[in-house]
Amino acid sequence: MTELAEAVQSHVTGHVTMPVLGRLDPHASRAEQVAHIAEAARQIRVQDLKLIYHAGAGHIGGDFSAIDILATLYGAVLDISPERVTDPERDRFILSKGHVAGALYTTLAAFGFLPVAELATFLQPLSALNGHPNRTKVPGVEANTGPLGHGLPVAVGHALSAKLDVSLRRTYVLVGDGELQEGSNWEAMMAASQHQLDRLTVIVDRNRLQQGATVKETNDLDPLPDKAAAFGFAVVEVNGHDHGELLDVLSSVPFRPGKPTFVIAHTHKGHPISFMSNNVAWHHKVPNESEYHQALTELEKER
Amino acid sequence: MPSTSVADRPRFDCRDAYVATLSELAHADHRIVGVVNDSVGSSKLTSFRKSFPDRLINVGIAEQDMVGVAAGLANGGRIPFVSAASCFLTARALEQIKADVAYSNHNVKLCGMSPGVAYGELGATHHSIEDIAWLRAIDNLTVIVPADPIETSAALRWAAEVEGPVFVRVSRMSVPQVNADDYTFTPGRAVTLRDGDDVTLIANGTVLWRALVAAEQLEAEGVSARVLSMPTVKPLDVDAVVAAARETAGIVTVEESTIVGGLGGAVAETVVQHHPARVTILGIPEFAPTGSAAFLLDRYGMSPEGIAASARDLLRHD
Repeated sequence: MTELAEAVQSHVTGHVTMPVLGRLDPHASRAEQVAHIAEAARQIRVQDLKLIYHAGAGHIGGDFSAIDILATLYGAVLDISPERVTDPERDRFILSKGHVAGALYTTLAAFGFLPVAELATFLQPLSALNGHPNRTKVPGVEANTGPLGHGLPVAVGHALSAKLDVSLRRTYVLVGDGELQEGSNWEAMMAASQHQLDRLTVIVDRNRLQQGATVKETNDLDPLPDKAAAFGFAVVEVNGHDHGELLDVLSSVPFRPGKPTFVIAHTHKGHPISFMSNNVAWHHKVPNESEYHQALTELEKER
Repeated sequence: MPSTSVADRPRFDCRDAYVATLSELAHADHRIVGVVNDSVGSSKLTSFRKSFPDRLINVGIAEQDMVGVAAGLANGGRIPFVSAASCFLTARALEQIKADVAYSNHNVKLCGMSPGVAYGELGATHHSIEDIAWLRAIDNLTVIVPADPIETSAALRWAAEVEGPVFVRVSRMSVPQVNADDYTFTPGRAVTLRDGDDVTLIANGTVLWRALVAAEQLEAEGVSARVLSMPTVKPLDVDAVVAAARETAGIVTVEESTIVGGLGGAVAETVVQHHPARVTILGIPEFAPTGSAAFLLDRYGMSPEGIAASARDLLRHD
């Protein structure tokens, strides 16, 4: 028996209920794609909620803020597949806000990159599914993130490699907005602009909340669109919970030849759960039993 | 045994061997790229840039970005050689080295230029005496401190061939050749440059030749000193250290870095766990005052005479 199989077998698995959703045929209509992504995002939220409730830990606020973006990327945008995780020509997605690993693992499982059953090991001793992602253990993970401000420079490096290779492979990196307080991001943005990396897309999960307060109260980023534009990016703003908008924007880059793209995805931490949404208390709070059931009920109504 | 003293041999700046070898490797393998923080001149990479204008990526004065970019280049199949002053590379980008390179297991080669007290009079901000101690504490990172141009080239060739994170210190302070022309680098292996059974001197980098001259002086007094070259600080050659502890009266370690947690620390950790023996650690014990690199090494007991004196002291207390 493999180590993975043993790990899965030794854990309670009743809370792992998500089906493998996979992708639609690329010839499906936009409406069908959007509906598929929406249902995937809902299923991913249900499963992620169960993982966090069961593990008694996780970053549910940031997970729920980012899941629509992740579901869109993996559901219809990225040129990758479970069979091609080592293909040099695959698109790269780097999760810079590594603390939303639970959302990433659930998304990867939804689209077949790792067995859904393995989700049962989330945060359990010796699991590959650590609190922050590890590329040496989880297929589909591109960088071991967790400390903030690391993903964007790595993404710039990958985009440079693609440019050197005269390859059309794309690089996407998801950063938190609070994370942009780290100076390394701005170093990397200067380099991205200098090298005209127009196959690079930075997506900001703009939920306006960081661990203990609003970004504005802590170390304000605004005017963020102006800052990104001043650093040489083509800036686009979207509703980060609108799958149609996300799909249209993320699959249309670059918007300006020679310029990297900066997508500000306006989101709410904890979306769409009524008592979590836009509530700073839910950065890494774990729902109690009644909160858990209420959240499940609300997600059921989203169907 | 050379007929003349090691001290009388011609001296070389290892950065010349660095750029020559990197260019040779880059000609043979298109995956190799350089990554710098505006350190083209200080890394002596001007000729490399001329040969490979697209393959020398200058991110500007931005070390965190430099190491992150290198990890991304490796993710895209390139073999980046990051070339930057060791003080800035290792201190400013330590978390990127830990997370993006070592923990992520990206195939990045980190080349710490002008390490130790090479920048002499520029002062302690520009000295890189802590790099070995910091990097030795990071898992999945091989730490190499070559002693001469031959070893610098050999270590680089090995680093280019092996898949995984490597740190190589590239000396600026001129050194004589101490390794044979046909030397091949074996990671994790000490090289016995002089055999002896009274006392052992373990050294690497720019001070290895000084240890060899100290051994010549000790020999003239009838003291037989073994000189172990220890180019790989991590993983350490435990067997060679334990044999030295067992077969000689004690060990003097010599390094162009802090006395805390470097080569001396590695040897002491090994000896105390496997075969307790006397160990004297020579290195830089503080933020060094103003002075040339040679002045500072002499000041902290790493002239050949100083190293020989430490060996004598150790034998007296035997």
